[in-house]
Amino acid sequence: MLAVPAALTGAFALLPLVYLVIRALERGPAFAWGVVSADRTAGLLGNSLRLTVVVVVATWVLGVSLAWLTERTALPAARLWAVLATLPLAVPSYVMSFSWLSAFPGISGFTGAAVALSLACFPYVYLPVAAVLRGADPALEEAARSLGHGPWRTFRSVTLPQLRPAAVGGGLLVALYVMSDFGAVSLMRYDTFTRAIHTSYRASFDRTPAAALGCVLVLITVALVVAERRTRGRARYDRTGRGSARPAQRMPLGRAARTAALGWSAAVALAAVAFPVGTLCYWIAVGNSATWAPGPLWEAAVATVGVAAAGAVVTVLLAVPVAVLSVRHRGPLARTLEHASFAGHALPGITVALAFVFLAVRYAEPLYQQWPLLVLAYAALFLPLALTGVRAALLQAPESLEEAARSLGRGPFATLREVTLPLAAPGIAAGAALTFVVIMKELPATLLLRPTGMDTLATRLWTHTDNFAFAAAAPYALTLVLIAAVPSYLLGRHRP
Amino acid sequence: MATAALLLPTLAACGSDSEGAGSGDSDNGQNADSGAADTLTIYSGRNEELIDPLIEKLEEATGVTVSVRYAGTAEHAATLMEEGEGTNAGLFISQDAGALGALSKAGLLEELPAELLDDVDAAHRGTEDDWVGISGRARVLVYNQELVAQADLPDSIHDLTTEDWRGKVAYAPTNASFQTFVTALRVIEGEDRAEQWLRDLQANDAEVFDGNGGIMDAVNNGDVEVGLTNHYYWYATAAEEGAENLDSRLHFFPGEDPGSLLNVAGVAVTAHGGQSEAARKAVEYLLSEEAQKYFAEETMEYPLAAGVTSPVEDLPPFESIEAPEVNLTDLDSLEETLALLQDVGMV
Repeated sequence: MLAVPAALTGAFALLPLVYLVIRALERGPAFAWGVVSADRTAGLLGNSLRLTVVVVVATWVLGVSLAWLTERTALPAARLWAVLATLPLAVPSYVMSFSWLSAFPGISGFTGAAVALSLACFPYVYLPVAAVLRGADPALEEAARSLGHGPWRTFRSVTLPQLRPAAVGGGLLVALYVMSDFGAVSLMRYDTFTRAIHTSYRASFDRTPAAALGCVLVLITVALVVAERRTRGRARYDRTGRGSARPAQRMPLGRAARTAALGWSAAVALAAVAFPVGTLCYWIAVGNSATWAPGPLWEAAVATVGVAAAGAVVTVLLAVPVAVLSVRHRGPLARTLEHASFAGHALPGITVALAFVFLAVRYAEPLYQQWPLLVLAYAALFLPLALTGVRAALLQAPESLEEAARSLGRGPFATLREVTLPLAAPGIAAGAALTFVVIMKELPATLLLRPTGMDTLATRLWTHTDNFAFAAAAPYALTLVLIAAVPSYLLGRHRP
Repeated sequence: MATAALLLPTLAACGSDSEGAGSGDSDNGQNADSGAADTLTIYSGRNEELIDPLIEKLEEATGVTVSVRYAGTAEHAATLMEEGEGTNAGLFISQDAGALGALSKAGLLEELPAELLDDVDAAHRGTEDDWVGISGRARVLVYNQELVAQADLPDSIHDLTTEDWRGKVAYAPTNASFQTFVTALRVIEGEDRAEQWLRDLQANDAEVFDGNGGIMDAVNNGDVEVGLTNHYYWYATAAEEGAENLDSRLHFFPGEDPGSLLNVAGVAVTAHGGQSEAARKAVEYLLSEEAQKYFAEETMEYPLAAGVTSPVEDLPPFESIEAPEVNLTDLDSLEETLALLQDVGMV
């Protein structure tokens, strides 16, 4: 029943690939192979993978530690730290890198790229891990403690395995972000695979090598997604016991532990949020281009919220059938569709944008340079974000309730509507909120596909920084962070 | 800004009553709403803050209603190539000659009439007569005056590969202006010497940057002593931060050194946008005295047409730049330059 919409989603997600293959083979397979097999390509790929591994490990440390502190300990003002741990999502990696670079010029290169990307990406791990900690049944941990396990051993052998799917899923999103990022690595001057793709567009105005290299990125994505699925196994994460669910006890913190916990939360928030925001304020203070123009700012904010909301809704609608299929009906078809949904996520935004230009001009001219096309491009780019959120929520929803509904005579569709979706609703909302925040700061696809004359906060930010008018740019970036605080707050409350 | 606003429109002759007169002529546009002489879609690779104020004056002067899409020059070039015959763009304003050359090679540009071309020196327009320069930028060496004494400044780019400058030079090999400069170096000094210079520069621990903005910051902060860049970046930074707050200054290489090449930003009418008539009016306006003065004042670039000279005070006069004798039309071998840069391992 869900196979048809899920297949449509899969086919939609593969659209950029069609374009990519056409372009890559434009000058024959020999040329494409020449690009891919060049010595330099392997070197750049090595650089990208090295960066990816380091950033994923760093985001695990940051994300899991903060999630534990904000959800399971008596950390003072835990809600505040939870919002601050989500906000880096709204800081464009350009701004993040720029603030670090202007304060510590020596950081450029591998270190700088790793720092900026780790700080920008750790919410991808924090959010799902915190959600699981909030929703997981404390009974398991209590049982472990009653059987004589200490707190650390309980964490390691009971809590951590429950966190694994969320942490690995978040790590996958981080890995794909790092593979496709261009803003941070270009400012930090670290040579990665995506820089080769951008050089192909910017220096030689040649789309064929870019497309051939893009195909390599897609293959790496598939490998990463398959590897992540391997770690999932057949474990179940829903509650099976009797009694009603209740939140876990927060671990009391002694004076020293509380100071350390506060220090760590504050240090991360300082580095990932306060520092870039402070840089933006500094731009306003010192720059001559500082102006107060509420008109364009308001217009851009309204447009941004509009397209980001539409993009989030469409992305989630596309993600739900695939997620339900992959959780409830495991099989080769479900697996293939889920993998396909990741296709666009590791590609640089400009490649996906050009794919939509190519397809729309030929097959959907009335949509070209209209907002529906932009919204669809967002969906192609960010489908995995929504998918991961919805999937995690479904994993924790007890299948037995659905079986009960079926045994009471409900059809499959009614069961989905009346049982599965309400159970997963908070997770679906969380997926939408995450997608919303990330879409707000998207730049390359927005620039190429937006309706003529429409500006988002991100395009305004680009216009001004491109012109060296940093003071004029800052209010747009600040507004971006401010708006993102709302969904961030909601994300921090949701319980799967 | 204020001076620009005071300038009188010089092309007010074409009033808005010419609207509709040009519709139904020979333009074979792909789109239903094209072909009319009074509407124009521009793809601009140049910044909105720069182009937008000019568009109002352009509309006033030509009677054409204009809408502009802004993105990076390379992004627009790639988009125009993907759009091919289905493009909505009538005019493309490009940040550099390279993108225009690539579109010309792809057959996506339309030849311009002689009366538009004649206004601009042949050195500053396309070989196929299908694009024309609207403003010029000089290659320069930006230096940190706290770290480098004026007397120690190099006379030539060839000095930069000597031991004195080890680890002190910033450059941006993926940047289009740098690549045009390398093309010029190949044309002027030959393939072997150009390759040797690049290898020597690299071996001299010159620092790689992604763009001219990064070079400007690094030299200002004193992270690097000198950098190869375009002249107007310094003026843009000075306008934002105040020249007195900058430690960097500009040095123009003397003696027709390849390091002081003059490059252009230009404009072209698309072949398939079906808006030729309106687009040509826009080109005519962009080459007019009013527009040329505007570019010169706002961007600190050099005007290229209508006999306008730059009013920017500290800017060395156009004639004083000892630019190398090289025709921009000979600089269309970007692919060979890229192959060379790849060979050397710079891009």
